[in-house]
Amino acid sequence: MIHHSLLAMSWMLPEQASSYAPEVDHLYEFLVGTTIFFCVLIFAAILFFFVKYRRRSSDEIPRPIAGSMVLESAWTIIPFIISLFMFAWGAKIYLQEYTIPNDALDIYVVGKQWMWKFQHPEGQREINELHLPVGRKIRFIMATEDVIHSFFIPAFRMKEDIVPGPNRYTTVWAEPTMTGQFHIFCAEYCGTSHSGMIGWVTVMNDRDYQNWLSGGAAEGSMADRGASLFQQLGCITCHRSDAQGQCPRLEGIYGKEQLMSDGQKVVADDSYIRESVLSPLAKIVAGYQPIMPSFQGQVSEEQIQELIAYIKSIGPPETTNATPGTMKGSTKISAPGSNPAAKPPIMTTGGATIVAPQTEKAQPAQLPQQTPGQNQ
Amino acid sequence: MSMTPLTATAGRLTSEGEPLNYLNNGHGLKSWLLTKDHKRIALLYLFSVSFFFIIGGIFALLIRINLLSPEGLFNPDTYNRIFTAHGIIMVFLFLVPAVPAVLGNFLLPIMIGAKDLAFPKINLLSWYCYVVAGIFLTVALIAGGIDTGWTFYTPYSTSYSNSNVLLAGVGIFIAGFSSILTGINFIVTVHTMRAPGMTWFRLPLFIWAHYATALVIMLGTPVLAITLSLMALERVAHVGIFDPAMGGDPVLFQHMFWFYSHPAVYIMVLPAMGVVSELIANLARKNIFGYKFVAMSSLAIAVFGFLVWGHHLFVSTQSIYLGIIFSFLSYAVAIPSAIKVFNWTATLFKGSISYDTPMIYGLGFIGLFLIGGMTGLFVAALGIDVHVTDTYFVIAHFHYVMVGGSLMGFLGGMHLWWGKITGRMYPEYWARAAMVIQFVGFNLTFFPQFILGYLGMPRRYAAYPPEFQVLHVLSTAGATILGLGMLITIIYFIWSLKNGERAPANPWGASGLEWRTSSPPPTENFLETPVVTWEAYEFAPIETMDVLGYPGDPGKPSQPVPAEHGTED
Repeated sequence: MIHHSLLAMSWMLPEQASSYAPEVDHLYEFLVGTTIFFCVLIFAAILFFFVKYRRRSSDEIPRPIAGSMVLESAWTIIPFIISLFMFAWGAKIYLQEYTIPNDALDIYVVGKQWMWKFQHPEGQREINELHLPVGRKIRFIMATEDVIHSFFIPAFRMKEDIVPGPNRYTTVWAEPTMTGQFHIFCAEYCGTSHSGMIGWVTVMNDRDYQNWLSGGAAEGSMADRGASLFQQLGCITCHRSDAQGQCPRLEGIYGKEQLMSDGQKVVADDSYIRESVLSPLAKIVAGYQPIMPSFQGQVSEEQIQELIAYIKSIGPPETTNATPGTMKGSTKISAPGSNPAAKPPIMTTGGATIVAPQTEKAQPAQLPQQTPGQNQ
Repeated sequence: MSMTPLTATAGRLTSEGEPLNYLNNGHGLKSWLLTKDHKRIALLYLFSVSFFFIIGGIFALLIRINLLSPEGLFNPDTYNRIFTAHGIIMVFLFLVPAVPAVLGNFLLPIMIGAKDLAFPKINLLSWYCYVVAGIFLTVALIAGGIDTGWTFYTPYSTSYSNSNVLLAGVGIFIAGFSSILTGINFIVTVHTMRAPGMTWFRLPLFIWAHYATALVIMLGTPVLAITLSLMALERVAHVGIFDPAMGGDPVLFQHMFWFYSHPAVYIMVLPAMGVVSELIANLARKNIFGYKFVAMSSLAIAVFGFLVWGHHLFVSTQSIYLGIIFSFLSYAVAIPSAIKVFNWTATLFKGSISYDTPMIYGLGFIGLFLIGGMTGLFVAALGIDVHVTDTYFVIAHFHYVMVGGSLMGFLGGMHLWWGKITGRMYPEYWARAAMVIQFVGFNLTFFPQFILGYLGMPRRYAAYPPEFQVLHVLSTAGATILGLGMLITIIYFIWSLKNGERAPANPWGASGLEWRTSSPPPTENFLETPVVTWEAYEFAPIETMDVLGYPGDPGKPSQPVPAEHGTED
């Protein structure tokens, strides 16, 4: 299934367990090949000159050589063209890695000194262990309780820093393509037990995953837990569903654009909701007063995620049916709650949710078409 | 090779009847600690950077010993302090000052035919800054250590670490001023103190490289000082610049830190590139192929080096479009380095290649720097960097550039100019043996780390999964061999001070003004101001390259002048 241009290298590669892992490895192998080529070329030239032009008598003075414009141009332009190609190929993979599909299964990740905590929408919670179904796109929505951590699964070729801050969730995605157990590492130095902040991801086939899901979690789904938090914390007294409250109704807002009092329009995504809980005065919905207190220190990161899951679950989110397979690289390009043809993809990198330029034009399609290593 | 008639300096003898030179012109501690002679200050620097290099090297060996077993030998807190100490000492107290402050200080005025640097007192002040910085950092290490890594990322460094972050920050701040003062001195000296006839394009490439380095130091180091000050302010007073809870941004720290620290890579490697041009040209007795391209590529690296810092932040939640721009610029900065490698290789063509140690170091540099540079193309590729950043791949990459590049360049230069500096030659046999041992040890240490990194081994791990052990053990074995090679070099250098052969003025038949004065040179470098009438790297039979200002030499060029060249000043 996986074509290795340099078969002998396979022991030097981690398992290719995500949809984009083979692409990363193809580029890697191309770079290894280019490196070997240039190293051999230059080492051979040096060795040849070293022997052929060795000093034969102590008073020999070789004739000076002026230099050559042709050679200088050649070894400026040729490496430049080769590196342009590497740049474009690397950027293409990067765009793919950071163009978050919106038909993905959401897994909520919290990093803290020194453990990984995971929540599944169905309610399961895990520490330093993560169970995932094979063949599904997974979106990791990540926050940290303290310092910067970095969520790294080498077998997926996936890594992203999780930076503290009330207004940011960091999001990455991967599609596991292989069942098995793979390492989870923290890749950003985070203090004493940085090297102990490791875990395992277990990728299972769909039936095993369903069995696993039904195995635990007596406390209900994330949204259920969020609903009871919504009561306990008193959110419900203001954010009433009958539009009689002093605060905006939350039904159906998830994924939709909201108008702020300063005229700005903001998509009510995970990062926005988290910011609204932790620093409510940062963005005020048009027509409302800035009266909400901060819940900083009163809710844990996991509880915020449960609240988000609850808000997501209330109100009828319009279902989107992006046509699958419109793009290579298995990226779907519609924003939730919108017409897929009219809306560009959402690219999330950390705090910034970026709306990409219009679809195919700015997408990898623009990059070299002959690039090997497309999926399959 | 003819011995320089040192006794010919009649009337300029010490009371012991020795020829007068910068080493015996004044005795006692005071004559050294208050010296304004750039050559003596270079030696002060040599002692101090060597001291810290040995300390940093011991920490490197402790890292490798810890990683022999998957569980790690030391507890994690100790290990975190060890790798931080290794990084801080090697970067700020060895790599940044090593080549410029030792070789640059010693050679820059001599190579351009000047008596000293433009500001001799500032030069001495720069060494005192270095010493004070060294004291701060040593105290920080002894009094409990620092556990942030040399990168001091916030909020760990500002709100979480219980180690001596402030002391270390102050130390690095002061070390920064040491480099800034050296940088100012170099720039002013090159502009104003070149000897008659020493036009810009007659400058040795060593000078061009140091000039470019000085520019980077002057423009970059103040930003480091600002960044560390803000970090200290944040740690002490919680002003909120980097604290997200107060509207600050931890990633801002990374931008500011790398705005200095990426150009700092070029501060570390550009001077070594300058050394390599001298090694290759002088030991092949050949003018550097494409002199102007090599000179200009130093300036290009200095300029582009300031535009690529964001490639350290590809997974730091920086905008992906910024990431794409920084990736492109990073490829652009690779080109001038490639130009240098090709030109050095072409210089060997039809040369007269000596097999003496400086040439072997020069070739070793090219080999290791080539691998370091080529793997830079991997980490500049966005899709690959996501996987390999913060792993051992990056560790291996920058050690190939920093150790394979800067350290090999520094050692090569020390061998080329050892006779000039000390008046004694090093033992050739042992030097070649040590170089080969270092080369083998280096590759065995760091090559396995490329593989480890791609397999996913994260950096700064005190313990690791057992499947990585074989490669770690290989790496530790390599580090032991590398350490042995370094030890041999240190021993024979010290041995040669008493027992080495006396160095002639020009042991290599090299070109360049520093070979036209005695070894070691007199305090004022030249007994009379040289007039330069030859091009850079113009080689002539050694008998005709007289020592300037000595009897029998009227100070005139011994070679017929090939063409008319006006001076620029």
